[in-house]
Parts: sequence; C-alpha cells; structure tokens
Amino acid sequence: MRITQGTFSFLPDLTDDQIRAQIEYSLAQGWALSVEYTDDPHPRNTYWEMFGMPMFDLRDAAGVMAEIASARATFPDHYIKVNAFDSTHGVESLRLSFIVNRPEREPGFALVREEAAGRSIRYTVRSYAVDRPEGERYG
Amino acid sequence: MTTVPAKDDQEDIEATGGSGIADDPSEISLDPGAVLADSGVEELLATLDAELVGLAPVKTRIREIAALLLVEKLRAQVGLSAGPPSLHMSFTGNPGTGKTTIAMRMAEILHRLGYVRKGHVVAVTRDDLVGQYIGHTAPKTREVLKKAMGGVLFIDEAYYLYRPENERDYGQESIEILLQVMENQRDDLVVILAGYHDRMDRFFESNPGIRSRIAHHIDFPDYTLDELLAIARLMLDQMHYRLSVEAEAALVEYIELRRSQPSFANARSIRNALDRARLRQANRLVARRGQELTREELMTIEAQDIRASRVFGEEVQEPEAAVDDSAVRPS
Ligand SMILES: Nc1ncnc2c1ncn2[C@@H]1O[C@H](COP(=O)(O)OP(=O)(O)OP(=O)(O)O)[C@@H](O)[C@H]1O
Ligand SMILES: [Mg+2]
Repeated sequence: MRITQGTFSFLPDLTDDQIRAQIEYSLAQGWALSVEYTDDPHPRNTYWEMFGMPMFDLRDAAGVMAEIASARATFPDHYIKVNAFDSTHGVESLRLSFIVNRPEREPGFALVREEAAGRSIRYTVRSYAVDRPEGERYG
Repeated sequence: MTTVPAKDDQEDIEATGGSGIADDPSEISLDPGAVLADSGVEELLATLDAELVGLAPVKTRIREIAALLLVEKLRAQVGLSAGPPSLHMSFTGNPGTGKTTIAMRMAEILHRLGYVRKGHVVAVTRDDLVGQYIGHTAPKTREVLKKAMGGVLFIDEAYYLYRPENERDYGQESIEILLQVMENQRDDLVVILAGYHDRMDRFFESNPGIRSRIAHHIDFPDYTLDELLAIARLMLDQMHYRLSVEAEAALVEYIELRRSQPSFANARSIRNALDRARLRQANRLVARRGQELTREELMTIEAQDIRASRVFGEEVQEPEAAVDDSAVRPS
C-alpha cells in the first residue's frame, strides 16, 4: 500500500529534476531545507530522524541534492523526505514537505481491534513493516 | 565566513545561457560578438579595466577564460561538447594586490557566461572548514561546500589547511573532501584558493592532488609606484575627494616611504592611508569653527593631512615638511 504523506504524495514519485525544481523554488522563497528519514510509516509518525542538520543559507539546489543522494545511499529502503522551513518571524514552521524516497515494497497496514470496557471496540492501524525491529523493516 | 550575493540574483541565466543544442543550427548565431553582447560580459570586462588599475596578467587571463567559455558555448550549439572545462583557480600574490576583489568579479563573469548558476561568493578561511575534534571537520566542510554550490568558494590563505607539523591535523580531512568535490562537482562550484606566493607553492608541493585539479594559477604582481598613485586617485575620485597639488607630492613621498616599510599591503595600505587622511582633514576643518566652508574645502585633502602620518617619522622636522605640517598634528 502506497504511503501518502506530505505534498505531491498522490502523484507519481517525483523525478530528480522535479525534486530539484521544488528545492530551487523553496530556496528562492528563503526557506531552509532539511532531509529526514524513517522506517515507521504510521501516519501519526510526524517526527522523523534528521539526516544531518537543516541547511541554512544555501543558494543552489545542488547542495540539497547531494544530501538526498547521500541519504538514499545510506537508507535505500527507508522513507526519506525533504522539508522546507520558513523561519520568518510569526511563521516559523514547515511550508513544504515531500517524500523523495520510499521502500520498494510497502506492505501496508493491518486493522487492529481492541476490546474495551462495556463490549466497545477501539480500532487502530498497525503497519506490517513494524513487526520487525527498526532498521530491518524493509528490503 | 562571508557570503557575497550575486549582483543580479534574480536574473534567470537561462535567458542568457543555456547550452542546449538547437534543432536547426542555421537559426542560431555563431558570431562570438553577438554572444558576447548577449551575455553582458563585455561591459563587465570593461568595468574591470576601468575600476581596477594595473593587473595586466590577471586581466589577460580573465579574458582568456571568458573566451574559452564563450567558444565552448558556441561549440555546444553545434553539438561539439567537450564537457565543462575545469575552472578551479589559485590566486597568489602579496597582501592587498586585489585577489579578493578579483574573485568577486570572477564569480560575476562566470555567472554571466552561464558557467556557475548563481554567481555568489562564499569566502572562507581554515576556521570555517576545519573542526576542533574528531568527526567535526567533515560536516563543517560539507556545510560550507553546500553553501557555495552554484557559485564560487574562495578559500583565503589556503595553506593553513595543511599543517605538516601535526600529522593528526584535521585539515587533511577537509582537503580530501574538497578534492572530491572539485573533481566530481565541477559544474556545481568553482573553487578559488588564494594566498601568498611562496607559501602557496609549498602547499601545492605537499598536496599534488590539489595542484593537479587547478587549471589556472594566476599571479598577482605588486603594484608599481605609478599604479599605487593611480589607485589612490581612483579611490579618492570614488569618495569625491581631491588632492591639492602639494598633497599630491606628499602622497608620492608617502607611498615611497610606506612601500619600504614592513607590513606594506599594496592597495589596502593606500586605502587605509586615505582613510586616515580623511580623518585628519575632517579634524582640520572642524577646528575652523565659525567660518563657512566651501565645497572646494570640503573636497580637498591638503598636504598636511598626509604629512601628519607616522610614516614620515622624523622627516616632519625637515624644513619644507615642517611648514606644511604646521596646522594639525595629532600627537
Ligand atoms: N588594481 C586595483 N585598483 C583599485 N583598487 C584596488 C586594486 N587592487 C586592490 N584594490 C583595493 O585594495 C583593497 C584590497 O584589495 P583585496 O582585498 O582584493 O586584496 P587581497 O589581495 O585580497 O589582500 P589579502 O591577501 O590581504 O587578502 C580593496 O579595497 C580593493 O578595492
Ligand atoms: Mg583578500
């Protein structure tokens, strides 16, 4: 099941040229870019691991592209996303966030039922991938 | 670390650059003149000539590089690509000979010719690249490289990167990362190393990897007396000052004396001397309270403003100097 998180995630995966264009756009807006990764695809998992520090004061997408390439080489079977952060006073939040790498096979989610007091049932989802420990979940 | 943005930050280089092969070669101009005019490089080279005194070998080399990039562009238009040429450079010369100034201009020229995408300059020294402890250097160097991408990375006093006396020095790690990027990401940034001639020579001897990746070694000669004078006039002109006839003579003497002193820094020493002369002029004018000053007076630097300099030392005691020097002399 294809994970859809962040901008563009209902589109086919962006090509590197498209990623570069998005980064150029973000830099032109004065946003700082950062790269993050995870192998826990739960939709509520919004804080992913940082891959290096956020990149401030860049002029050109090449630096971010190099960082993405290095993240892909290190974590080929993880989800990797690029965030663009707007530090303008009063905004100070992400403006754009999109996935640039995903595992080849995404097994999807099981529906988990929990029997609660009074015969009520609580539902939640659990990714099949997280049955295995962190770092061994994909590939 | 300082970053100097490109002048025309917003300009889209595709408009002037773009090395795509046209479908119909008969439609594109292969006239170098037309392409030159199109890129606006000609004006840049002209202002370079007008605003920077001397530096003939440097200017010649810049013209050569501009010509190479231009021809490369024309060749690409007819499908004769040879890949981007390597444009990493080293600038050697004594302090104040214009290395930093030229590096900034270089970035602009390379940008106009479509060789670097953004045209900004990131100027760094060892401290910006090399870390304090294990594992600190690589991220630091990479961060700087990322900031410089699309422009020029200017490493001043590059020889400090290499400290042979300490075999565990982290500078080596930084050099290795630089080497990689200089080789593999040629179209992402241009690296310019700068420093004094003899030390740079020694640096290159111990780091043949770096030397072999640098296509252009440019030597900045010391300025002659006449050139230093011309630089002084140019600087004064830009600041809307003028020298009186006597002040001009005093400046010649000043430069001759200053040149033979240690820590002489060519054009920078001239700039500093003029700044101090301005200070003394202001002091002299303020001392004349109660009188209207003329525009002429506000503009003019007098001999005494120059002769009050410490450089003249005892010579102020000389009769003719003493006369000029009578008015203000800060103790
Ligand atoms: N040929 C020139 N014409 C006019 N001004 C010049 C010329 N060369 C240098 N200058 C001026 O002299 C000052 C010092 O120049 P610059 O900083 O480029 O020297 P540098 O070679 O980088 O010195 P350092 O080795 O000490 O860093 C600057 O203010 C610059 O504008
Ligand atoms: Mg300098």
